Amino acid sequence: MVKEQKEKLVVIGNGMAGCRAVEEILARDPERYDIVIFGAEPRVNYNRIMLSPVLAGDKTFDEIVINDEAWYADNGIELVSGDSVIAIDREGKELRSRSGRTESYDRLLIATGSDPFIIPVPGHDLPGVITFRDLDDVEKMLAAAERGGEAVVIGGGLLGLEAAHGLFLRGMEVTVLHLMPTLMERQLDEAAGFLLKTELENRGQTILTGADTAEIVGESHVEAVKLKDGTEIPADIVVMAVGIRPNVRLALEAGLEVGRGIVVDDDMRTRDPSIFAVGECVEHRGLVYGLVAPLWEMCKALADGCTTGATGYRGSVTSTKLKVSGIDLFSAGDFSGGEDCEDVVMRDAARGIYKRVVLKQDRIVGAVLYGDTADGNWYFDLMRQEEDVSDIREAIIFGQAFASGGGALADPNAAVAALSDDAEICGCNGVSKGSIVSAILDGSGTLDAVRGCTKASASCGSCTNLVEGLLTITLGEDYSGEREVKPMCGCTSFTHEDARRLILEKELKEIPAVMQELHWTTPDGCSSCRPALNYYLLCAWPDEHKEDPQSRFVNERLHANIQKDGSYSVVPRMWGGITNPRELRAIADVVEKYDAGMVKVTGGQRLDIFGIQKEDLPAVWADLNAAGMVSGHAYGKALRTVKTCVGSDWCRFGTQDSTGLGIKMERMSWGSWMPHKFKIAVSGCPRNCAEATIKDFGIVCVDSGYELMVGGNGGIHLRGTDLLCKVETEGEALEFCAAFIQLYREEARYLDRTAPWIERVGLDYVKQRIVEDAEGRSALRDRFLHAQTFLQKDPWAERVAGAEAHLHQHLAEIRPFAAVGAE
Amino acid sequence: MDANWLDIGPVDQLPALGARTLPVQGGQEIALFRTANGKVFALHNKCPHKQGPLSQGIVHDTTVTCPLHNWRISLLTGEAQGEDKGCVPTIPVKVDGGRIFIARAEALAGAR
Ligand SMILES: Cc1cc2nc3c(=O)[nH]c(=O)nc-3n(C[C@H](O)[C@H](O)[C@H](O)COP(=O)(O)OP(=O)(O)OC[C@H]3O[C@@H](n4cnc5c(N)ncnc54)[C@H](O)[C@@H]3O)c2cc1C
Repeated sequence: MVKEQKEKLVVIGNGMAGCRAVEEILARDPERYDIVIFGAEPRVNYNRIMLSPVLAGDKTFDEIVINDEAWYADNGIELVSGDSVIAIDREGKELRSRSGRTESYDRLLIATGSDPFIIPVPGHDLPGVITFRDLDDVEKMLAAAERGGEAVVIGGGLLGLEAAHGLFLRGMEVTVLHLMPTLMERQLDEAAGFLLKTELENRGQTILTGADTAEIVGESHVEAVKLKDGTEIPADIVVMAVGIRPNVRLALEAGLEVGRGIVVDDDMRTRDPSIFAVGECVEHRGLVYGLVAPLWEMCKALADGCTTGATGYRGSVTSTKLKVSGIDLFSAGDFSGGEDCEDVVMRDAARGIYKRVVLKQDRIVGAVLYGDTADGNWYFDLMRQEEDVSDIREAIIFGQAFASGGGALADPNAAVAALSDDAEICGCNGVSKGSIVSAILDGSGTLDAVRGCTKASASCGSCTNLVEGLLTITLGEDYSGEREVKPMCGCTSFTHEDARRLILEKELKEIPAVMQELHWTTPDGCSSCRPALNYYLLCAWPDEHKEDPQSRFVNERLHANIQKDGSYSVVPRMWGGITNPRELRAIADVVEKYDAGMVKVTGGQRLDIFGIQKEDLPAVWADLNAAGMVSGHAYGKALRTVKTCVGSDWCRFGTQDSTGLGIKMERMSWGSWMPHKFKIAVSGCPRNCAEATIKDFGIVCVDSGYELMVGGNGGIHLRGTDLLCKVETEGEALEFCAAFIQLYREEARYLDRTAPWIERVGLDYVKQRIVEDAEGRSALRDRFLHAQTFLQKDPWAERVAGAEAHLHQHLAEIRPFAAVGAE
Repeated sequence: MDANWLDIGPVDQLPALGARTLPVQGGQEIALFRTANGKVFALHNKCPHKQGPLSQGIVHDTTVTCPLHNWRISLLTGEAQGEDKGCVPTIPVKVDGGRIFIARAEALAGAR
């Protein structure tokens, strides 16, 4: 009897794809092939993605083995482990291994996976630099963790964060360095990345974003990591987790077509009909993958083609989860947005939840979930099926149970109506549906009224939709959705006052924190709320505030006024409108040197230099600084100018030293950021040559003292000042002025001048706070002067010294046929 | 190096939610933008309304608001949003290995 000669299948790679392919083939036709598997790793096939739990101590290696030795034996598979294939001879259909073994094949399957990418910085080859790919790497990390000390993980993606988590649980001090501004930026948007970062930091890891590694420092072993900005972080080990490269060397040397990966067709066949490839090493329809889900599908298609008949692989849609215990995070598809895309965002600060579903033409194209990922698979399914979700659009963000609850429940109002009276609507303030409905029936007909009377939705705002639903159900047609006070902008249901109050109450100190805690409905706000929030934060936390230049309007970002041709105008400060030959010469020199188009005397008694290019601004400022001049803040929502008349020193009518007082006022209040621009003037007598009665704060000197005037402005709606009070000394005038500015800074809405603010709150209120309440006044003044200690830094001098230099420089320049890049 | 793409420098020189400029000798200055999640876009640095420098606007989501008159321009398509009508050319860009590449042909379009 002649034994039938079977076809021989040789597999290179004993990893996830290689073994899965063999399993799939055996399931279809166990008798078809003689199978030999080469594996570079000296062990059986295991579940690579579970290396993270092994590192973290949640699993042992035995628990993550997929196929043990018995499996190979039972299926007649020969495993050549610990021996890597080093060459493929396609003509002779033969392989050679490192140990010198040769093996012929009829069909060959390449499943060599990927290699970790190592950034080629100096020191990358020092002992103690570890990658995260196989069990050997994990063992190296565990050995290092035994000794304790500090670990630096380079790369804040999935792999890096899982490594960091494991090492942290093993007792090491962990610092994660991430080049991009947000963690896992390929899978997460800024909001979710912020939550993740905060959570990891709270646990005790140090996360540095925007961190660019320059060098790994050490003599015979790593000692530290040095960043391009000069920071040095001590390290006993460095884990490099910055990405992977498909392992294509064998295929390339064998002359197969290789792009980013080994190129295969829909049957996973390379350009050589007897050679196939699956897993991370392949490129299919232009795509390479770094996750396991696609390789399950690839292996099915491969096995079909090698046994029962080709079915074809068509590419995969992937989703990601992070395997860090206690952090639920899910991401799938595309959430870069765009105008034909619609974002549905839900935030629940109390429970630390952020969900964002991106819709395009009534179909889900992307989803990011943080904190509650229960519905991840459901969204992912709808996305893959490209299902039309217009019917459940309103409720989709609440998840499957809610949205697919059938007929009535798909309408969120009906869902609210279905709740019992004692169902809790507002978790922050413990307000039930019953008490909200009775408040509405008692006459609270708007969201603001309900908030005022029951506190429902007045804290984090996440139940705003539910409260509005109750208004609609209870009042029917009578509910118009009108607000008493308008929300800040379309990104939130909160008013300016609410946002300011909550920033203080909840001690929110960064814009992303405000957006998360107050349930912003957009991922990163808009051009109206971002500058407002930046101002509210700097006003609330003068000592700690970190400026966000991207939330400043151009003029405040560049410390100059943009003109219609894109050039800038520059106004140096002239205290009280007084100047001298040195300043005038410096200004004249600047005008000539930088070819300024015009110099103009402004209404605020300053000289305005027009037509400066943004690249020249630092040089112009350096010249003006050299003559003793600082920024005039003519571009800012800030103290602009203190205008004065010549006063008692020169004028025959003058009653007081108006110029001297003006200079003191300006020295006290310059540099202060405000809700809007702020102008001061001091007139030496009631003839009022300095036009003090159309300023935000005006002083009219009289024989017996100083009349303090507030709330005036020129402009479209001309408004004369109101008399605040009369004081007797310069000291009092200064104190009242500081207190008034601080009250305005703390209580006016961003972009309110003093005039509309006073009209809204009433002059009596301002008088009560500034004139009648002496203790309150001096507290206001103290807070103003405290804030000024942080704000009175000449922004021009800082730029001259090199701060934010990138704002003034081109990224690069293109000359046809040659590009000159930065660095 | 691929002749169709110009390497214009490391992506970390572009702040998130910020922009930088790229003059083209004899052609249109280009503005490069980076969104919160790290995506990079390139548009002519000229608002279709009154030629305002878009690179100086505030970036939010995938939109930039022009600093001159608050027109909102899509970074994806260059189209004005909302009620406003107009469009600014976009230039293909990609980020590879931490560096920004811009499509040569489109970047040089109109340059002599
Ligand atoms: C720590 C970690 C966590 C992960 N977590 C997730 C996750 O949560 N979700 C997810 O979807 N994916 C995750 N992945 C990715 C996932 O593990 C890979 O996508 C998957 O393992 C790819 O399978 P593969 O067979 O193509 O490559 P591998 O599993 O790497 O197998 C390739 C094998 O081939 C061997 N080999 C290479 N060259 C030769 C040669 N010349 N001769 C012989 N043998 C060779 C290698 O030693 C290796 O054993 C994670 C990866 C890691 C490292």
